[in-house]
Amino acid sequence: MRTDHSEAVSQPVLIFWIIIGWVGFMVLPWYALEDVFFSFEWLFDGYPFDSDYAPAAFLVTQGEKLWLAPLVLPIVAVLAAIGRVKSDPLYAKILIASSAFGFAWLLFQGFGIGLRGWQFGTLEALFGPLGDRQFGMGYGAMFMALSFLFLFTQGVAARGAINGDVFVVSAIGGVIAVITIFVFFPIAKMLTAAFITEDQTYSVVVFLSKFLDDRLWGVSCLSGGGKCGVAWNSLFLAVSVGAITTVLGLVFALVVTRSGFKHKRVLRALTVLPIITPPFVIGLAIILLFGLSGSVTTFVADVFGIQPTRWVYGLPGVMIAQVLAFTPIAFLVLIGVVEGVSPSMEEAAQTLRASKWQVFRTVSFPLMRPGLANAFLLGFIESMADFGNPLVLGGNYDVLSTEIFFAIVGAQYDQGQAAVLAIVLLAFTLGAFYAQRFWLGKKSYTTVSGKGDAGVHPTMPSRLAIPVYVVAIVWALFTVVIYCMIVFGSFVELWGVNNTLTFKHYVTAFSFSWGDGDIRWTGAAWNSFWTTIQIAAIAAPLTAALGLLTAYLLTRQNFAGKSSFEFGTMLSFAIPGTVIGVSYILAFNVPPLELTGTGIILVISFVFRNMPVGVRAGIASMSQLDKSLDESSLTLGANSWQTFRRIILPLLKPAILAALVYSFVRAMTAVSAVIFLVSAEYDMATSYIIGRVENNDYGLAIAYSTTLIIVMLVAVGAMQLAVGRTAIGRRMSTKPES
Amino acid sequence: MVDIINSKAASVRFEGVSKTYGTDVLAVDDISLTIEPSTLVTLLGPSGCGKTTTLRMIAGLEIASKGRILIGDKDVTKLPATDRDVSMVFQSYALFPHMTVMENVAYGLNYSGFNKAESRDRAIAGLEIVGLAGFEKRLPSELSGGQQQRVAVARALVLEPQVLLFDEPLSNLDAKLRRQVREEIREIQQNLGLTVVYVTHDQEEALAVSDRIIVMRNAAIAQEGTPRELFEAPVDAFVADFIGEANLIPCQIEKVTGEMADISIGDYQYSLPARGMSPGAATVAVRPSRVQILASGTPDMISANIAKATYVGGHMEYTLDTPFGALFAMSGDVDQPFAVDQEVAMSFSGSGPVLLPKR
Repeated sequence: MRTDHSEAVSQPVLIFWIIIGWVGFMVLPWYALEDVFFSFEWLFDGYPFDSDYAPAAFLVTQGEKLWLAPLVLPIVAVLAAIGRVKSDPLYAKILIASSAFGFAWLLFQGFGIGLRGWQFGTLEALFGPLGDRQFGMGYGAMFMALSFLFLFTQGVAARGAINGDVFVVSAIGGVIAVITIFVFFPIAKMLTAAFITEDQTYSVVVFLSKFLDDRLWGVSCLSGGGKCGVAWNSLFLAVSVGAITTVLGLVFALVVTRSGFKHKRVLRALTVLPIITPPFVIGLAIILLFGLSGSVTTFVADVFGIQPTRWVYGLPGVMIAQVLAFTPIAFLVLIGVVEGVSPSMEEAAQTLRASKWQVFRTVSFPLMRPGLANAFLLGFIESMADFGNPLVLGGNYDVLSTEIFFAIVGAQYDQGQAAVLAIVLLAFTLGAFYAQRFWLGKKSYTTVSGKGDAGVHPTMPSRLAIPVYVVAIVWALFTVVIYCMIVFGSFVELWGVNNTLTFKHYVTAFSFSWGDGDIRWTGAAWNSFWTTIQIAAIAAPLTAALGLLTAYLLTRQNFAGKSSFEFGTMLSFAIPGTVIGVSYILAFNVPPLELTGTGIILVISFVFRNMPVGVRAGIASMSQLDKSLDESSLTLGANSWQTFRRIILPLLKPAILAALVYSFVRAMTAVSAVIFLVSAEYDMATSYIIGRVENNDYGLAIAYSTTLIIVMLVAVGAMQLAVGRTAIGRRMSTKPES
Repeated sequence: MVDIINSKAASVRFEGVSKTYGTDVLAVDDISLTIEPSTLVTLLGPSGCGKTTTLRMIAGLEIASKGRILIGDKDVTKLPATDRDVSMVFQSYALFPHMTVMENVAYGLNYSGFNKAESRDRAIAGLEIVGLAGFEKRLPSELSGGQQQRVAVARALVLEPQVLLFDEPLSNLDAKLRRQVREEIREIQQNLGLTVVYVTHDQEEALAVSDRIIVMRNAAIAQEGTPRELFEAPVDAFVADFIGEANLIPCQIEKVTGEMADISIGDYQYSLPARGMSPGAATVAVRPSRVQILASGTPDMISANIAKATYVGGHMEYTLDTPFGALFAMSGDVDQPFAVDQEVAMSFSGSGPVLLPKR
């Protein structure tokens, strides 16, 4: 009875996707609807004959958009596959040929014909002027594309890929498709934009002139006078921040794991801070402390009679802010590294008569070195990608991420310039990412299995302990002061000028009143606040789902090209938000995918920015699940989808929850990509705050930031509680107790 | 109740099956074998010999790179695990930790077209067979290792698989439980008439449970036969040494007369079954228990010196210095052991030694 299994399943799935294709062609509006993606107004407004709302079939029969007509061929052709068995070679051939043709034609007409008719000169020369145009693709096109994609993967599966497993092949196909569309396509579009001249032709000379510009690579600051290139600025900042955060992170990690320090939990709580803090908030606090009217500045001016200056705006301020913001990340990485050094190795060294200091110098530290390099590269990437702090504190110290922003939003509106800057930034971060994965990946010592390691880490030697303690205490105090500043600052009338306490900022931002029986959200911040919550809440489950699915494919399945698949999925981690922002604007402003100005583009940007987080969480917890669990489910007759749903997902509940909350929170704190993609209708909290800062309205900005931090603290705290509870019910080991 | 679980035992046939990982790692090299229905066949060999890969190819968890695999009369070479009528008991048991015993045992039934009531009855019957009736509501974590093992067996049994596979099922149990569980497995197999393929690296376990044993080495089959055949008539030094220990002593076949061969080990002459071998260099394998030691013997015995003597409770273990090297021997006489450095006389018991090709 089990041998008929695969045939029984494949037919309904096949028919489902064929129906989706037909619905896409015959029923749903083919083109994107203006601003009403989630509404159904179109049903009552001239559908199905109005050409704005008409399905492709109606358009073609009315003699419009005739280039859509060939799409009927593949959806008719696939009907021939119904009723055939999977092992029939014709089954696979029909599916692959017709869906490949359909997909190719869909892309060809989508990219070939745009707002002004033919998109490419060669096509115009070939076929003559078109005299017609088309807008972005809508529901109908989307359904058809999905149908073609999954019919194709079913065809590939029927040919025997991954043992003919339709679910796995479809999952791989789906992930590759979305990553191609929303990561690689925008980046490619951006690369070409760097070569575009003012009269819309392509030129290497234009690219080179922008690329080799002195504003990027100038070194006049070394010879005194003049400014250095933006690229050098970014590089110098990132290297310094990477190095400093690594040292500080190591210091904290040593305190937590190698000392008798009592309140380790408090220190560990530090690692939550960067997750819940919008990136520019630290910058704001620095201004409250060291700005022209900052507390420290005025104090020093009063006591020592030193004239207040704007020294903090520029390299020092940005560096302090970034080190504060990213040290917890290095800390998080290095806790794992320091704990990962096998205690038995250190104990072995001790029994071989090495003193504590010698053990640290000759065994512990060398074993940590790859982890340190890893932390450095992470700090480097974060600093390079950071947008909020340089924007708030940068002064005259220009860095790549902010320059990109000003190239797009500034008076110059130079997409080519932005693209060139973005390419340089991308080259730096990808270089670091590549080094981290391929160079360090092979050098790590800490992944050695901890088999039979029951030892205890020795405490630090005292000549190391004393400086470590001093640095840790000073820096921890500084961090605490910064966060107090943020909370305190939100209650102060006008910082440094009028220090009376007030709720004014909260009232302005979050006031509401009762009227006509319901609540009226009169505060200035509500609009962006609710949008943020809404967008983040939509993005979070998508991110988690995509991330976990990808993690499942990476840990549990073997297929050709798996390593490049992995690289592709993790790549978006290394793409700075500003680059994503620019590339999305360039890619999704025109048909076939017109998404700018919608909420969808925000959701999509969050999903792909935060996907690596979901993937990592998934990989981490899935590799703790013994593979024999899946295998036994398979040998018991469940297919891979049933196994995924009934075995893997239930056991991954904590990881799912973590991925959900984390992507929710990251979507709320993100600023770099968002700031390019917001519109009047869809404004986000972070971009609203940045706007307030630019108007010197610090009080409101800080009050809003504090509110965000508290909201996210609640979210993370609730998650920790929930995960803690599920963890008790979770038994990863199926080994006997003996 | 128990009667509703029957057997649909089928044979398993490999025809020139190979498995390569990546481009050059050969895990199984062109093996052919036949496993008769309703027999328990053990795949035995040192780690890395390809026995687990062979088992996983029967399950469909690995797909053969070359050759054909048949279960019953059906060619299943390309069929994935889900679609094969085979179930498997894993080394780690692989019980689903988030499901109760009942849910675990009924898991496969739900995907095999049984309705709720049937699944339930069958699951309960399965648990009765393994002696765990009444444990339905427990979680796997609330069971001992031996009980978890039995749940895993029940879960595989209730599907009435054509072939039931065991991947080192006893390796996570302590020594005492092992004997008991292996006897239970054998009993269930014989009562239900199941075809069972069993992987282990423990030769004693293999000898105890199997109808036939397939000894594997370096991705290929070294020898196949009943436990007695393997123990008493190994084809080569590897099998002789792997199935029970053996002293492998170089010798010379002087002449062959009919079934018997006259051999010489140094100065000493013996007569052994020839096993089709012709005069020339050869090896003789002697089990430690087939070495006889006497305080003083006749002149045709070998004189030796006790190099080590170890008391291990049930018997004595000796290392002997002999004219042809060190020899390992066991003696049941623990009351009057020989002393170290004692001169003794030694001989091989009549039926023990086996003539093997030169290694």
